[in-house]
Amino acid sequence: MKLNRFLAHIGVATLAAWGLIAHGRAETPSDSSTDSIERYREMINDPMANPAYLNVDRGEALWSEARGTKGVSLEACDLGKGPGVLEGAYAELPRYFDDTNKVMDLEQRLLWCMQTVQELDTTDVLARKFGTPGVSSDMEDLVAFIANKSSGMQYHIPLSHPKEQEAYAVGKELFYRRGSLLDFSCATCHSSDGARIRLQELPNLTKPGPDAQTTLGSWPTYRVSQSQTRTMQNRLWDCYRQMRMPPPEYGSDGLTALMLYLAKQADGGTLNVPSIKR
Amino acid sequence: MSRRSSAKFFVLGGYAALIFVASACIVTIDASAQEIDNTVAVSSAELDGYVKGMWPNVEAGWEKRLIQDETQALCSHERNMPSAGDAEKIMAREAATIIYPTDGNVVGDWREGEKVAQNGRGGQFSDAPETAHGGNCYACHQLAPAEVSYGTLGPSLAGYGKLHDYGPDAARIAYAKIYNAQATSACSNMPRFGAHEYLTEQQIKDVNAYLFDRESPVNK
Repeated sequence: MKLNRFLAHIGVATLAAWGLIAHGRAETPSDSSTDSIERYREMINDPMANPAYLNVDRGEALWSEARGTKGVSLEACDLGKGPGVLEGAYAELPRYFDDTNKVMDLEQRLLWCMQTVQELDTTDVLARKFGTPGVSSDMEDLVAFIANKSSGMQYHIPLSHPKEQEAYAVGKELFYRRGSLLDFSCATCHSSDGARIRLQELPNLTKPGPDAQTTLGSWPTYRVSQSQTRTMQNRLWDCYRQMRMPPPEYGSDGLTALMLYLAKQADGGTLNVPSIKR
Repeated sequence: MSRRSSAKFFVLGGYAALIFVASACIVTIDASAQEIDNTVAVSSAELDGYVKGMWPNVEAGWEKRLIQDETQALCSHERNMPSAGDAEKIMAREAATIIYPTDGNVVGDWREGEKVAQNGRGGQFSDAPETAHGGNCYACHQLAPAEVSYGTLGPSLAGYGKLHDYGPDAARIAYAKIYNAQATSACSNMPRFGAHEYLTEQQIKDVNAYLFDRESPVNK
């Protein structure tokens, strides 16, 4: 653990240095600012230097570790392609599950498997649902490991089950739902082409295609600005934070519905995960 | 975790600040966006059920953020493209919320206004409750031409006062726009800063001065 953390620190320090170099190169405002951000992105996009692979390694160990009162590992967990089958599972989530009669995303499903298949008390897992400096997250580790088993594959979200169609429709409503102190919805920032917040480009997520494919195809990701590997549950939590909403419930059906709406827009897009971002 | 207290974040600070994502915005919804046709209808009761499930235990004082007002509900339902009739209703309702300064002066201190325009904090669950609210204008608008980090969700406001000949009527209209943009543009994506009491009257006057003061960098 300590060694991993040390390595991660080294990685981040190196990235920070590269970032500063990239910034230092920027000559004049405007055009060159976006160019230098692009150069920075290219420089950090190196799997050999991506600290998220530490999460992948920890996730692999967690996946096969016997835990809970049943003393079994998560290998008994069915992520949609049969118990223990990981290849391609993430590329088809969220999806409908017969045993719960619900649509679930990866994190909601993993929690259910821990609670039901392993009979693990998940209080501690939930307390660490988002990692902090010095405290790793089982969920972030497992998601990095499992998503990586779909890296290079394409999102396949057929919406073939009526419950999936329902969740998609709910997700779409949530996407456009304006509220709180600043009247924001997801659509406020993610419904125009080529728009930016400050210098950050915003994907248009209201339609299927490259914006959604590139975005959804790059989560989970190592966030350099947070020095943590983050999942889609964390990304939506952070969006709602900026929307001035209270923190949404981790693994709730609404977040899954929103994620299914987004994943459908990314249908056919290639996963490249875990990635590394700003 | 507190990002601000993270040593590593501090190391990155200089660079990260340049590309940090802020949050407020105005957008014109792209009417040509193609969407997947879906026939499953979701009732508002069903949607409310999901919303309750997403926020089952809300901290005291935050409950009202989960409840939409009439305008929010209508704009959500109509995907920010209200029918002409609904747009009239919204604009009339929102215009009634605007309170002008009693002394009639809508232009404050541009230096304070610049701080409000740059500040994206306040009102988030990660902010301390006493955190001053910023307007975060730069998230969506270009303002001072010298500031390179600006968003494009809203129109450029560079040289705004100069372009309007520093006219008092234009300044009053701009004050109203910041106070409640939906009084003149139904379902605008710009936050209703005054109507929500998110910014104070003084802050709105200061931001307006940032647009209308001859000395403001916006007009340089």
